[in-house]
Amino acid sequence: MMDMWQNIILTIATAATPLLIAALGELVVERSGVLNLGVEGMMIMGAVTGFAVALATGNPWLGMIGAIIIGSLFSLLFGFLVLSIATNQVATGLSLTLLGIGLSGMIGEEFVGEPGVKLSNIEIPGLVDIPLVGRLLFGQDPIFYISIALVFGVMWFLFKTRTGLTLRSVGDNHDSAHALGIPVLRYRYFAVMFGGACAGLAGAHLTLVYTPQWIENMTSGRGWIALALVVFASWRPLRLLAGAYLFGAVSIGQLHAQALGLGIPSQFLSSLPYLATIVVLVIISTNRRLTLMNTPACLGKPFVPAR
Amino acid sequence: MIRVELVKRPQHSNFYMLMSPFIAFGLTLVFGALIFLALGKNPFTGLYFYFIDPLSQVWSLHELAIKAGPLIMIAAGLCVCYRSNNWNIGAEGQFIVGAIFGSMIPILMPGFQTVLTLPLMLIMAMVGGAIYAGIPALLKARYNANEILTSLMLVYVAQLLLDWLVRGVWRDPQGFAFPGSVRFPPAATLPEMIPSQGDAHYGFLLALVAAIAVWFFLAKTLKGFEVSVLGLSPRAGKFAGFSASAMVFFSFMLSGALAGLAGISEVSGAIGQLREVISPGYGFAAIIVAFLGRLNPLGTIAAGLLLALTYLGGEAAQISLGISDKVVRVFQGMLLFFVLGCDTLVHYKIRIVSRTAEGSAT
Amino acid sequence: MLDFCLQPFSNAGMVSEEADNNKKQPEEPAPGQTMAGSDGVPMLEVRQIVKSFGPLKANDNVSLSVGSGEIHSLLGENGAGKSTLVKMLYGSLQPDTGEILWQGKPVNITSPSMARQTGIGMVFQHFSLFDSLSVADNILLSLEESFATSDVADKARQLSIDYGLPLNPHSIVGDLSVGERQRVEIVRCLLQNPDLIILDEPTSVLTPQEAENLFETLERLRSEGRSILYISHRLEEVKRMCDRATILRHGKVVGECDPAQETAESLASLMVGTNVNKANRRAAGEIGDPLLEITGANLPAGSPFAIALKNVNLTVRGGEVVGIAGVAGNGQSEFFRLVSGEDVIANADAINIRGTACGSSGINERRSLGAAFVPEERLGHGAIPDLSLSENLLLSRHGSDSAAFLRMGKLGLIRTEITLDATARICEKMDVRKTGEDPDASSLSGGNLQKFIMGRELDRQPSLLIVNQPTWGVDAGAAARIRQAMMDLAQSGCAVLVISQDLDEIFEISDRITVMHDGELSEPIPIEDATYEKIGLLMGGANPGHVLPEVEEHHHDDTTSGGAE
Repeated sequence: MMDMWQNIILTIATAATPLLIAALGELVVERSGVLNLGVEGMMIMGAVTGFAVALATGNPWLGMIGAIIIGSLFSLLFGFLVLSIATNQVATGLSLTLLGIGLSGMIGEEFVGEPGVKLSNIEIPGLVDIPLVGRLLFGQDPIFYISIALVFGVMWFLFKTRTGLTLRSVGDNHDSAHALGIPVLRYRYFAVMFGGACAGLAGAHLTLVYTPQWIENMTSGRGWIALALVVFASWRPLRLLAGAYLFGAVSIGQLHAQALGLGIPSQFLSSLPYLATIVVLVIISTNRRLTLMNTPACLGKPFVPAR
Repeated sequence: MIRVELVKRPQHSNFYMLMSPFIAFGLTLVFGALIFLALGKNPFTGLYFYFIDPLSQVWSLHELAIKAGPLIMIAAGLCVCYRSNNWNIGAEGQFIVGAIFGSMIPILMPGFQTVLTLPLMLIMAMVGGAIYAGIPALLKARYNANEILTSLMLVYVAQLLLDWLVRGVWRDPQGFAFPGSVRFPPAATLPEMIPSQGDAHYGFLLALVAAIAVWFFLAKTLKGFEVSVLGLSPRAGKFAGFSASAMVFFSFMLSGALAGLAGISEVSGAIGQLREVISPGYGFAAIIVAFLGRLNPLGTIAAGLLLALTYLGGEAAQISLGISDKVVRVFQGMLLFFVLGCDTLVHYKIRIVSRTAEGSAT
Repeated sequence: MLDFCLQPFSNAGMVSEEADNNKKQPEEPAPGQTMAGSDGVPMLEVRQIVKSFGPLKANDNVSLSVGSGEIHSLLGENGAGKSTLVKMLYGSLQPDTGEILWQGKPVNITSPSMARQTGIGMVFQHFSLFDSLSVADNILLSLEESFATSDVADKARQLSIDYGLPLNPHSIVGDLSVGERQRVEIVRCLLQNPDLIILDEPTSVLTPQEAENLFETLERLRSEGRSILYISHRLEEVKRMCDRATILRHGKVVGECDPAQETAESLASLMVGTNVNKANRRAAGEIGDPLLEITGANLPAGSPFAIALKNVNLTVRGGEVVGIAGVAGNGQSEFFRLVSGEDVIANADAINIRGTACGSSGINERRSLGAAFVPEERLGHGAIPDLSLSENLLLSRHGSDSAAFLRMGKLGLIRTEITLDATARICEKMDVRKTGEDPDASSLSGGNLQKFIMGRELDRQPSLLIVNQPTWGVDAGAAARIRQAMMDLAQSGCAVLVISQDLDEIFEISDRITVMHDGELSEPIPIEDATYEKIGLLMGGANPGHVLPEVEEHHHDDTTSGGAE
């Protein structure tokens, strides 16, 4: 009985981890005032890269690193357009997603049906056998630990470091920041690349941990859910942690419900995560005043230095 | 160290307004050729199969019209949304729900076969698409929820709904357990325009009419002016006495109706029944069409034909050269990327500046 | 070594230098000579700077020098090139040619951070602050990396007390008043211990009394040997405060003078190039019926940093100009939205235009009653930058003039020829300088666009005109024309309501003056009884005759001591 609960929580953690990582990256991007709707595209690029590199080298760690690198390079395409050329962020983000889905499909075509390489769990002998929490705390996949470290790392960076403060100031008012001599675009470039790296890692989690195989379009909207999570979390890392696990629970819950065969059509259960996203967005956005207070003031606004 | 500098033009450039899609297309060709090279194919043959071969035969021109129809129709509606700064990216879902609503008549009332059948189906589809697009509009106007995310989430929901219908309650009992509805009777089928030459149905004509009508509305009427004003500056829109929240509903429901119309045209004209997949991503490709047409409905006609060409070219290249048809998506994504980049030229001069010596290029 | 023997007091001099190594002793300038630092070299010298933006020479051979302990004024109209020069001094822009000397040595200031390290501090006109961050964080962001993060708050608090600019380092900047925000800017600048402080139009957002406090601070800074470059177009305060002035016009230095020796008129004619006439005060005309009556109107705050309007009462009659003075951010924009109908309220009777209750009607219904509105922001509110002038004409007049501009009813077609004709007529009448027949609004200069926007409304011959900041950022010629147009309109029997931060403007054109403070409107004062001091006190929140400050203080004590109920 206890083991069953631990197993359920474990599966929730596995479902929540990619959402959490991708959303954390986007949180930093949005804190710098940039809205990157290309999370889905960067994530799927990370997924296919992780799979391909792991398959080619036999080393899932290299796959993970490759996914991080490709994710951040891919985000640079977006970064160049919206930062250097000041294009519309919404449209450019969308095009990144479309391009990512296309490219990953092209690259991944030869991998369809191939078994992948799994990133094995890190198990601390002895501790992993502690009842109830052993496996949860001491026997999970490496990306899970990275995700938790990232939550606190991002918190520390944003709210305890000078660079984090500067990044937030750029998102709050880029004109003021520019007047003070803060290199607005440089901060945003780094933020966008961090977001890309996180999305790439989140994608790698799908093909190296979650389901070690390549299926076209396998992110199936997780990148978009991550975007919604950032709004849900009001741009705060700890709330993001809670939100990601809530969503993990919803998606695992609907899977269990499908397995139990409650007589509810599976399609309705499958649509629950998407419907939940909508409901959560509505609830969190209804208080306009609160949303206005929390949203980085420059979010989505193009910045062209006046001269 | 090289830096890109943007210099605002005092007056927007009409030259680049016209030229930016062409420059973008040119860049896509160049990068497309590079992709073919990377895949070990002759780039000229590749580009030939993509962009010339489909135009060389009458039947494939018909195929072009079949593919361009939904793209143009959806994109014309999206022009209204994007110009008014309402980001409907759920046209794919509205397309599906429109198709479902329109299909109700032949599926649920198979006996009703008169001259009214088809017009009613089209109207039902428009209503369905508009209602489905009305959901994100309501959530935005009433609850301030981000319409990009809600409209996109509803795409997944619509796909699952369609899947459930054609595998479940609407499955053709005579269909050997294959997912799919009954085949539509002739009275519920959008006829072909020139049956002797090819399959192109009247959906293409509907799309042209829709695009021209939306163009006229945007360019010549006060309501069209309102669309631009609210999109460019909500504050100035308020000063003009226009209602931003009414515009949310208007733009979403108009584009939803057109997407729905495109959906029923596809199902009734090209497929002939409801299946679990009825769109090769028209709703998303139409976003590219809208931008490539510079959010001008007349421009979407040309852009829609071009995008349709990439679909056909993808098939042709797959058959002739063994290039994956997935390359199509890459082409489309690149096209949007480049057109967005080139649009900057309308309002800015781009200067490439190196830190040490200042040089400039326009 | 020799010098040592010859200067018995050098020891004492060294001590004072040790104690205050960054504060230089003020030095009297030799008559007729450039003010110089302690070693005979000016603090800052600018030599023949040129800066072009495309065809426009924003700075054309500009030279200037600022000595130690000198308050040097940089005078010029909007667009004369002051801010371009200042941006080059602060490292935001690089000059094309020419050089900048700092304490006699050529320097190349490549970034604001380098300017700060050099010893140049800046107080921006449009504050460079971050609303969502605390005062301490705002200050920290402008300090160099080496500055210890932990004691910024303490140092800021101490410094703010020293200079009489009290601040709470932990408050959020978005909640502060304009005056407090400027204090943050000044304290932030002073924490860098600069030798030269550049202030860009610092008093334009202050009440006269707040400005007075600022002058005291500046005088203290001067006495510490710091130099101040003071940018302003307010001639009286330049005359009073500044040791020397350099005047810029069209990017060139057109004169240098001792402002104390000049008159405001002579300074103005140097700045503008021609004599600018004040608007002709008309003979007190016939005061007609009330055309705008606001009674007990309330408007709740719509967003986090907005101001709620409380019990606003005001009557404006035909033939008079009523001015609303006030420091920016006290509810003026909210007030504009309330009277214009951009924000409607449930209580229709709270607002009456020409006798019709219209509190709950929208802006176009109010326009149809004969009202016309000119908002504060030109680009993005009164006009849309990327649309042409004729389209911008339609922006405010599609409803009230639908018969003229539209075919086939309200949803009908736009009659382009007619909107073009009307645009040409307005541009002609208001002398709008433009390139091409119907250019984008963004291609016009601020003054020309404001003339167009004003002309767009005057062309309708309204019976009530409400204008927010009519001449903000507009050159003197256009400003004079706009003021004259408003007075002429009143002369013709129209009611004119002007909201302005510019007290001189308010005094120049108003028949009655009222003050907006924290969302409340004071009792109007006839121009004959109004003085700068009286209005200034009201702008600062004092409300003589209603509540005495002592009473308020007492009340405050009561609540803090537990509220004796």
